[in-house]
Amino acid sequence: MTKRTRVFGLFGLVLLALLGVMAAHAALARRASGPALRERALLVRRLELTDLCLSTEANYTRHLSLADFHTAFQDHPLALEHFPSGSLLGPPPHLRRSHGQRD
Amino acid sequence: MIVLDRAKKVFAQGKPNEFIALHETSLVIEADRLTVIRGPSGSGKTTLLSLVGCMARPTSGRIHVLGREITSLPERFLTEIRRKTFGFIFQQFNLIPGLTALENVILPAYPTGERRSELEKRAAALFDLFGLASKSKSRIEWLSGGEAQRVTIARALINDPAVVIADEPTAHLDSKLSREFMATMGRLRGEGRTVLIASHDPLVYDHPAVERVFHIRDGRIDGAGP
Amino acid sequence: MASGIERQKNVLDFTLSSLLRRKGKNLALLAVYTLLVFLMASVMLATSAIRKEASLVLKEAPEMVVQRTVAGRQDPIPLAYLEKIRDIAGVISSDGRYWGYYYDPVVGANYTLLVPRDEMPEPGTIIIGPGIAAARLAMAGDTLEFKTQLGGILELVVDGVLARDSELVASDLVLVSASDFQAIFGPSNGLATDLVVRVANPRELSTIAEKIAARLPDTRIILREEMLRTYDAVFSWRGGILALLLFGVVLAFVIISWDKASGLSQEERREIGILKAVGWETSDVILMKFWEGAVVSVSAFLLGVVLAYIHVFFFSARLFAPVLKGWAVLYPQFRLVPFIDASQLTALFFLTVVPYAVATIIPSWRASVTDPDAVMKGL
Repeated sequence: MTKRTRVFGLFGLVLLALLGVMAAHAALARRASGPALRERALLVRRLELTDLCLSTEANYTRHLSLADFHTAFQDHPLALEHFPSGSLLGPPPHLRRSHGQRD
Repeated sequence: MIVLDRAKKVFAQGKPNEFIALHETSLVIEADRLTVIRGPSGSGKTTLLSLVGCMARPTSGRIHVLGREITSLPERFLTEIRRKTFGFIFQQFNLIPGLTALENVILPAYPTGERRSELEKRAAALFDLFGLASKSKSRIEWLSGGEAQRVTIARALINDPAVVIADEPTAHLDSKLSREFMATMGRLRGEGRTVLIASHDPLVYDHPAVERVFHIRDGRIDGAGP
Repeated sequence: MASGIERQKNVLDFTLSSLLRRKGKNLALLAVYTLLVFLMASVMLATSAIRKEASLVLKEAPEMVVQRTVAGRQDPIPLAYLEKIRDIAGVISSDGRYWGYYYDPVVGANYTLLVPRDEMPEPGTIIIGPGIAAARLAMAGDTLEFKTQLGGILELVVDGVLARDSELVASDLVLVSASDFQAIFGPSNGLATDLVVRVANPRELSTIAEKIAARLPDTRIILREEMLRTYDAVFSWRGGILALLLFGVVLAFVIISWDKASGLSQEERREIGILKAVGWETSDVILMKFWEGAVVSVSAFLLGVVLAYIHVFFFSARLFAPVLKGWAVLYPQFRLVPFIDASQLTALFFLTVVPYAVATIIPSWRASVTDPDAVMKGL
């Protein structure tokens, strides 16, 4: 085997090993995160929360699942979308389905 | 040993630029002989060599190599025959830049799946034969014309072929190197190989080692000379 | 078979030398390719982690939330509505929730103020989320000022800070007592922000929801499963801006592959001619071209994925956080749990490696099946 192929083989093995380390790390981290996850779930139950806190920019990006079609422009009819996070996070799917049934 | 039976090669058949490179030719290249195909450029020498060396198929007619009819063989078998039976020395050397001389020489043997160490050993022996031992690890861009020429000969011999074919081998060589080249060809002939050279260089066709000369002109074999 | 492996090794060696001959170009290609995989993989890893987090944590969310809409806006809901809900068969209990948004001009951040049903803080004290603690550099014992509805200032003492681990759900929370909530937002006047409903049989949720909607036509109901599905859908990489980003990345891949597939250079053609002439079969040439594509694409894939993993789970997806952050001052560090979706990564593998490998092989096909006599002609 030439030096070239050997070096490349090593490179490939290192990458695969890293992939393995990554998978192992993920598994370990998942196991270690149990208590923290439970704590968050407990907090959700205790405080009756409905959403993750991912963005505090606008009310419809802070409380994704509570947003309605009008929520985005109830601040101003023309201010339909001026928050970057609003562009990223679309409306929840249940709006499209239940609208008309329960509204 | 190589028989052409009314072999004909036409390029761009049916199109306005149709060109008959080789008219119906029947020819026998004898085994264990050093044969020269002599003719001016554009005479169809290269086409003839392509057909003989299984590089191209004739438009019509048949070709037999070592008693085996090769015209109707599928590509895989044709390539195998080409690899095992023939060794080519091209006019333009056709070495692959960026590779060392050694790598260029063992390249034809890659598909055989032989161990690299074996191939390198065989190549080393050939390098010794041609006085190139010190250059084996050099990139071919750094070799002189004569050295590169010898590398192409070594490459042609790596699979120990029965037939060596050379197309205008002295085109880029000076007289001294040309004579050295013919001497080498004579040696190969002495080893029991068949040698076929296409050339219009007198240093080639007038060389004492030559045993048979075919004249070719405008895609037709004129006649056989001594 | 030993000879099979030898053949692969030899062909691979030739491929590597071929790639190294144009080192600069191929390294640049590898870099771009890796970057594209990195972007895609980062998005995939981050979104699947958020989705999984939501599914695990929001399992404990209220079963049903009832909102009121007036003139197209969400409005406080009368507590009187509770009577109409409580006597529906299957409803265990129903109560009002008291929460709202507070804009803090000191740092320009939005907080979510909330009155917890049990363990309500003592009046005059608050418990704050870790995001607020970081933004205001506040800890237990510090005082935070709140503007009241009447124009006054209410000082509240921080009694405690929620654990940093609770960031993803409680970063911006301020837990207040009912009296302080009313001091800030005004008297409740028999109104709540919205209502929560608990039912005996979860399978009856939809029916009960319909009944409530019938009885209270100005309300809007959100079920827990809908809350869960929200995160599943919003962070699915098939929807929204994420899909646009992905489309852009796929487009970039197509462009790169197109460049490869659109044809061989004269040099490459000559090389294939030489290989054929010295005895390589079409299959050998195709194999070499395959290795050429595979070396670059598989390396880029592995490198990109590993880097993406490090980016998302060791650096909290720092490159994407600004997008979700937007103009907000307060936002959680995305310290996500590495829930990896193997099927997504496999899909990414096929999306990236296969097209490139194919794009490398296709243009060589014609050249490799041509008779090598073209080489003899010195072409």
